[in-house]
Amino acid sequence: MAEYKRPETPQDFIRNFAPKKPLMNSSEAYYESARCLYCYDAPCMDACPTHIDIPLFIKQINTGNIKGAAATIYDSNWLGNACGKVCPTEQLCEGSCVYTHQDMKPLQIGRLQNFATEAAMQAGSPLFSPGKDNGRKVAIVGAGPAGIACACELRVLGYSVEIFEAKALPTGLTVYGTAPYKITNEEALRENEYLQNQLGYTIHYNHPIQNAAQFAELEQRFDAVFLGLGLGATARLGIPGEDLPGVVGAVEFVEELRMKQSAYSIPDTVVVIGGGNTAVDAASESARMGASSVHLVYRRTKAEMGAYDFEYATALGAGVKGVFEASPLHIEGEGRATGVTFARPDGTEFHLPAQLVIKGTGQAKQGELLKHLPNISTDSKGRIVVDEAFQTTRPGYFAAGDAVNGGAEVVNAAYEGKCAAQGIHQWIQTNKA
Amino acid sequence: MSNIDLSINFAGIKAPNPFWLASAPPTNSGYQVMKAFEAGWGGAVWKTLGVPVQNVSSRYGAINYRDTRMAGLNNIELITDRPLADNLREIEEVKKYFPNHAVIASLMVESKKEWFQIVKDVENAGADGIELNFGCPHGMCERGMGSAVGQEPEVLNTIVQWVMQAASIPVITKLTPNISDITDPALAAVRGGSSALSLINTIKSIVGIDLDTYAPYPIVDGKGTNGGYCGPAVKPIALHMLKELAGHPEIRNTPISGIGGIETWRDVVEFILLGATSVQVCTAVMHYGFGIVREMEAGLRQFMSDKGYSSIYDFAGKAVPNVVEWKHLNLHYKVVASINADKCIGCQLCHIACDDGAHQAIALPSNGSRVPEIIDENCVGCNLCSLVCPVEDCITMERRDDGSKTETWAERTVLGKIPEHFNDPRGGGVGHFVPEPSAALNYKRKDRSGRK
Repeated sequence: MAEYKRPETPQDFIRNFAPKKPLMNSSEAYYESARCLYCYDAPCMDACPTHIDIPLFIKQINTGNIKGAAATIYDSNWLGNACGKVCPTEQLCEGSCVYTHQDMKPLQIGRLQNFATEAAMQAGSPLFSPGKDNGRKVAIVGAGPAGIACACELRVLGYSVEIFEAKALPTGLTVYGTAPYKITNEEALRENEYLQNQLGYTIHYNHPIQNAAQFAELEQRFDAVFLGLGLGATARLGIPGEDLPGVVGAVEFVEELRMKQSAYSIPDTVVVIGGGNTAVDAASESARMGASSVHLVYRRTKAEMGAYDFEYATALGAGVKGVFEASPLHIEGEGRATGVTFARPDGTEFHLPAQLVIKGTGQAKQGELLKHLPNISTDSKGRIVVDEAFQTTRPGYFAAGDAVNGGAEVVNAAYEGKCAAQGIHQWIQTNKA
Repeated sequence: MSNIDLSINFAGIKAPNPFWLASAPPTNSGYQVMKAFEAGWGGAVWKTLGVPVQNVSSRYGAINYRDTRMAGLNNIELITDRPLADNLREIEEVKKYFPNHAVIASLMVESKKEWFQIVKDVENAGADGIELNFGCPHGMCERGMGSAVGQEPEVLNTIVQWVMQAASIPVITKLTPNISDITDPALAAVRGGSSALSLINTIKSIVGIDLDTYAPYPIVDGKGTNGGYCGPAVKPIALHMLKELAGHPEIRNTPISGIGGIETWRDVVEFILLGATSVQVCTAVMHYGFGIVREMEAGLRQFMSDKGYSSIYDFAGKAVPNVVEWKHLNLHYKVVASINADKCIGCQLCHIACDDGAHQAIALPSNGSRVPEIIDENCVGCNLCSLVCPVEDCITMERRDDGSKTETWAERTVLGKIPEHFNDPRGGGVGHFVPEPSAALNYKRKDRSGRK
């Protein structure tokens, strides 16, 4: 069934993961931007979690002020380029475009956003400059979208910012956890580089903050701390065979794939357990890597899947087979996974061969890490509790992104990180004046 | 549609249909004119003949509107730069192949002697008619020709008389719109004996400035000059001037060839309704080629079939009586906008256009939907909302008066019922709702920045 040949070279990999939203050329951007109606109180702006002035930047593209368009985008969203590529625009801005009420194609807002921000990055021309140094310092834990957005906003406000990142690369799940046909590693990293060049925040890589002493040190050296922790490893299923080699979490799978690319070798048979976007992505990617049989098995009905319809359709298009209302009972294998047994609601069982079992069952929260920080409250789902200014219950500690919202889009983290920076600014002005 | 006959007899110039090419780059050569006739054009006004000119490189500039290329075109090309002998030979050849098509020679020379000579030359070549180019507003006018003549009715009249003495074939005088009252040169032409009129020539223009070199388009080595503006953008100006002639008692019996932004069958029908009995096209051909005539002809035939016309003379000029002075419009006529909520897509352009640009008669919805609400008592029936609405037939203007009363400004003036002093309560806007100025301060855009 494999529709994709196993990628053997970097070129093969690029072909199998051809961009879903390819970069527009200037003619396409010109004609597409001309379609925008310039709605009053445009619904796309409300639908965008960062509330980019979409009609304005589209008009700017149409009038040849591309740099101005990029500035409009970044003014609302510090990850404007990544969001143009990875956002579920079908659900957000484009899904709310008034054209859809007329059964007409919505504006391709994501691709126009890419066009403008890509042009600005290519030109390398700075759109923003750091604010006048106010002598205050903020530590940011985690160089994911929330952390980077927070850093950019703080730099504009005049703070010096140091980011402590546990991994070797910035942008968090943008580079480690997104389907490669949405954004390439190079693209994800380039945006951070572009921002860092303009705004000058420091990132300490391979520098996890993981114990009380480190937090104490941050508190000493910095006026405030922002936690952009994201989520932890894939949660456990709690079934026999889960620890066999050949059983992997979806997030870990995507990360390994993205880092190894064509060097990653996928076995013939893959079973993905779960019905969320990450599970669907993992299934899609397995198929694109050339696995001959990829089953996506979800315990509830198709209608109850958490994944967006368009993501599931993409997976089907890549050759994934969906199986619904089936719960995993155990994973078989002698020294290595060979298959999974599932139970139907009526009690009958069936078996699917799987040399690779991918658990798309959600990520755990960062509970372990937070143990080192007394007084930071979490809710019943393990999410960090924050107030309107994104301040946690521990004064001087702010948080945003997946660790707070439980796991959402890059664009949500980008907005919250920016708002948290404003919260930090207000707090420092009030409490450290 | 079989009984439809598109042929015309325009002041004695016969053509199989009213679609003519205007004197311009598309009629620069016999090759182009024959290709056009093959494509379906009924006539061609040859690129203006005279003493051949020297042209510059970089000759056209355009206005693009949003995604529309060449909504307006501007040119600084002069009359023909080819020797007269070549043009005459080609005219002769075209007429051999297309004896029933109209070939009209556009002419522009200076002295009486030259006029006499060139009129004879083109007649000998077999031209069916002559068009006098008194319109070009660039280059040639600096040398006392083109629009320099069209702007001086007395000079125009003199030259028309010269030509009428010399010519045995019909003569069309082509007018420039670069004048305050188009009837002045038209009357001069008619009184000089011109067989017909054509209008408009191009409008004196600068289409834009390059933002790096600060030179106007089209740029000729860092400089530019005013050009002649044409294309779809100029149609309304042409229609108005056409109506000025077609409604004038001393001019209206002279055939008029309509020119100015004609591209579609609708344009053609509109020009005919305002009194044109042939139409001339240039920009549409420069944009799309001679094949554009297929759409014009098919549309014209469809229109005539739908309306039951067999000849363009059946409806030529039918709109002229409906163009009246403002003072003769019915002040009791009343329309109010109506939004079809099922069609509305919620762009709210009607709201903001009305609130900022008109009469504050469209409110934002209070019920959480995005379908704006017409405030009937504020609506003056200006049409603006229906013009900005991007959905076909979503906002319609509905008649509210019962049609029983008619009263015009002219009639009110006679009756002494018109406002006379600055605060006269008989003014139309007295009592009309206008929000307090300070209400504007509550009208802020939502702050979505996340910044305090």
